Amino acid sequence: MKIVGVNEALCTLCGACETTCSTFYFKEDNRLKSAIQVHESDHEAGAVIKVCNQCGKCIEVCPVEAISRSKKGIVLINKKTCVGCFNCVGVCPTETMYWHEDLVIPFKCIACARCTKECPTEAIFMTEVE
Amino acid sequence: MNKSIEKMRASRKVLARYEYEPAAIDKGYSGKTLYIDISNQTIKAKDVTNQMKDIFIGGKGFGLWYLWNAIKPETKWNDPENEIVISSGPIGGITQYPGSGKSLVVTLSPLTNSLMDSNVGGFFGPYLKFSGWDALEIQGKAEKDVVILIDGDNGAVTIEEIDFQPGASHLISEQLTEMLADNEKDKMHVSIVSSGSGAEHTNVGILNFSFYDLRRKAARMKQAGRGGTGTVFRDKKIAALAVKYSSLTGRSNNPADPAKISKTGVKITREINKFDNEQFRMRQIGTANLMTPMNDYDLLPVNNFKYGSHIDAVKLSSDVLRDRFTQNMPDGCWIGCSLSCCKAVDNFELKSGPFKGNKVIVDGPEYENAAGLGSNCGIFDPDYVIEANFYCDTYGLDTISTGTMIAFAMECYENNIINKKITGGLELNFGNAEAAMELIHQMGRGDGFGLIVGQGVRRMKQIFAEKYSADPSFLQDIGMENKGLEYSQYQAKESLAQQGGYAMTNKGPQHDEAWLIFMDMVNNQLPTFEKKAEALHYFPMFRTWFGLQGLCKLPWNDIVPEGNAQTDSPEKIPEHVQNYVDLFNAVTGRNIDKEEMIRQSERVYNFQRIFNLRLGFGTREHDAAPYRALGPVTVEEYESRAERYDKQLKEDVGIDPAGLSTEEKIKAMRKYREERYETLLDVVYERRGWTKNGIPKPEFVKELGIDFPEVMEVINKNL
Repeated sequence: MKIVGVNEALCTLCGACETTCSTFYFKEDNRLKSAIQVHESDHEAGAVIKVCNQCGKCIEVCPVEAISRSKKGIVLINKKTCVGCFNCVGVCPTETMYWHEDLVIPFKCIACARCTKECPTEAIFMTEVE
Repeated sequence: MNKSIEKMRASRKVLARYEYEPAAIDKGYSGKTLYIDISNQTIKAKDVTNQMKDIFIGGKGFGLWYLWNAIKPETKWNDPENEIVISSGPIGGITQYPGSGKSLVVTLSPLTNSLMDSNVGGFFGPYLKFSGWDALEIQGKAEKDVVILIDGDNGAVTIEEIDFQPGASHLISEQLTEMLADNEKDKMHVSIVSSGSGAEHTNVGILNFSFYDLRRKAARMKQAGRGGTGTVFRDKKIAALAVKYSSLTGRSNNPADPAKISKTGVKITREINKFDNEQFRMRQIGTANLMTPMNDYDLLPVNNFKYGSHIDAVKLSSDVLRDRFTQNMPDGCWIGCSLSCCKAVDNFELKSGPFKGNKVIVDGPEYENAAGLGSNCGIFDPDYVIEANFYCDTYGLDTISTGTMIAFAMECYENNIINKKITGGLELNFGNAEAAMELIHQMGRGDGFGLIVGQGVRRMKQIFAEKYSADPSFLQDIGMENKGLEYSQYQAKESLAQQGGYAMTNKGPQHDEAWLIFMDMVNNQLPTFEKKAEALHYFPMFRTWFGLQGLCKLPWNDIVPEGNAQTDSPEKIPEHVQNYVDLFNAVTGRNIDKEEMIRQSERVYNFQRIFNLRLGFGTREHDAAPYRALGPVTVEEYESRAERYDKQLKEDVGIDPAGLSTEEKIKAMRKYREERYETLLDVVYERRGWTKNGIPKPEFVKELGIDFPEVMEVINKNL
């Protein structure tokens, strides 16, 4: 499957990916509503890029089976079925299942690739994984 | 759809129908409750008053208030005016915080003839509220079996006769769910309350609340277990309650501050995810994780609470049970519970009874089932425990009372108080799993010695003394009941605080009010009477609060946050207490703090105590404990812990045990322990604002704001 790959060494924290994502999906430029989020590392110089690696841990904890894997391997949330319990947010190993106080249900990267096209340094890119 | 379901659908005969516009939920309340009298098929709505919200909050508070208004002091459990009230609470039904889907059942108990409250999971309470009802109040008795259906999607309540066999609760849940659902996914929108045949033949009937498990494709059940709620239900000829609500979202409870709830919920789910595997393993084993530590600390009840551990307990250890449970399932009894402790054994092939050979899902065993049905009866066979657990649930029998009742009958059998002739051929020695299983089937069928055992320990004591000339004082010593309710499965003998935690309860000895064994005995955090009194004030009040809100207690202390040990009061888990304060405020829009939280409970707790008084109970004499709960009754019991007891005699009692016979030592120990228990009552009553006789003082009742004229009348009459 194709997921968003990251090379944190190249990230300049410009925020273009966040703007692209939140503007497309939520019609506002708000990094907290972006399914890819970048910030400075707590431990060392450089950036941390947080975006879903499509591991699917969230699928097994969803109590209403609202999360599933598409034929292309991407983990998707069925918005109609989701009851907003955020269990998926709590167990996500990469903390890339996001929630926002304006929203009833969580959101995540669906590997649409829009952000990768706007990244000026190729710190994010589409990559094929098993 | 299979033919039997089609037949059930075709047989539906509507006796009464009530249509309504489901009230919109506002900050955790619908503002309406549903009243049904099944004697005359009255169905009507009542308004929730501000006084009810301020003083009684919801859940058990609403149940007690409605029951207070419904019955007279002389009302008995099987009189038509007795009610079954089911209510969740303002927080009940949120999906973001673990353990937020509980219902509280309140009724007059056939075991205690007084108030019973039972906290239960499953989808019913939240769906009832979202269907427009903060509580369901059922009064009266039907002539023939009826089903009460609440259609929250279309705003209709019906009382119906439906042609199906009400005997096996798991089938009732399964069949009614199928009858009411349009398709497989739709089954998740249905919840059934039912009991089984055992509830008709015993005083320990339970109510099973269903929750549909999408992965197992099964209507699983959680139990309102204590005090015979199912017996009342079947006496009223209610075959089942059903609710259907299809529009659940993360905002169904319409809270004042949803962001705060989500933030608090995500925080604790992350904690659970990070620490549960190294702390209590609730997601792997559920409450059965306690089996090993209880045995290790000599707290596991063995042979009718004689002993606290056993060499064979390893056969029922936490890890043995873990291996039986299906792992990595979202086993919450309410949607979104990330503590996920509601474990199940899948594809279990039954070896006995009416479903012999069937492969079934067994909900549990939980700690209480394994300890009560297992070790307390001297049985250490996991297959027996799982099978007994299944049959208790589907027959509608309380596993806790059933365990304690069988254990008592076994000790009586081993002491030749009863014999094979009396038991109808059952050899009720400790450890005889086959005989115990047969006893459970007898309770389910309503025949044999099961009819005697099913009446509960208190009635058995009377029967054995009257009919078989047993020594009443020995039966009193070993019969593990208080107020008529059987003890739950913790060995309280070496923890004075837990002795009070059990016998000073409002409803009878159930650990949901105070579980202080570890604090008192293992961690020695309560070395003085004052500290024990403080704990026996704070914890029962704190734990009462869960039952007002629609909450489960487990996510409070079955997961511990980082840094808790460094807080001022690690035993209270301050961060989690604050979570609950935040949740209440975020749902209701009110602004309480930790002190007001305890005050909320004090109002309801004291109201319940006064209600007991009104019914002829609720005084000091009813807080007495059987001596088995306080100390060693028999020689073998003393000698099993001789070192501990001899040391205590020497150091605490001031008697040199050397040269004394075991009987003399037991006598000296008993005097000391009974006096100590009386002192405990004195200090706890004082701390709780009660008289020496255990009655809430009038000035305290006034301070709480529950000084209604009829309440004061009860107090003044009894002072």
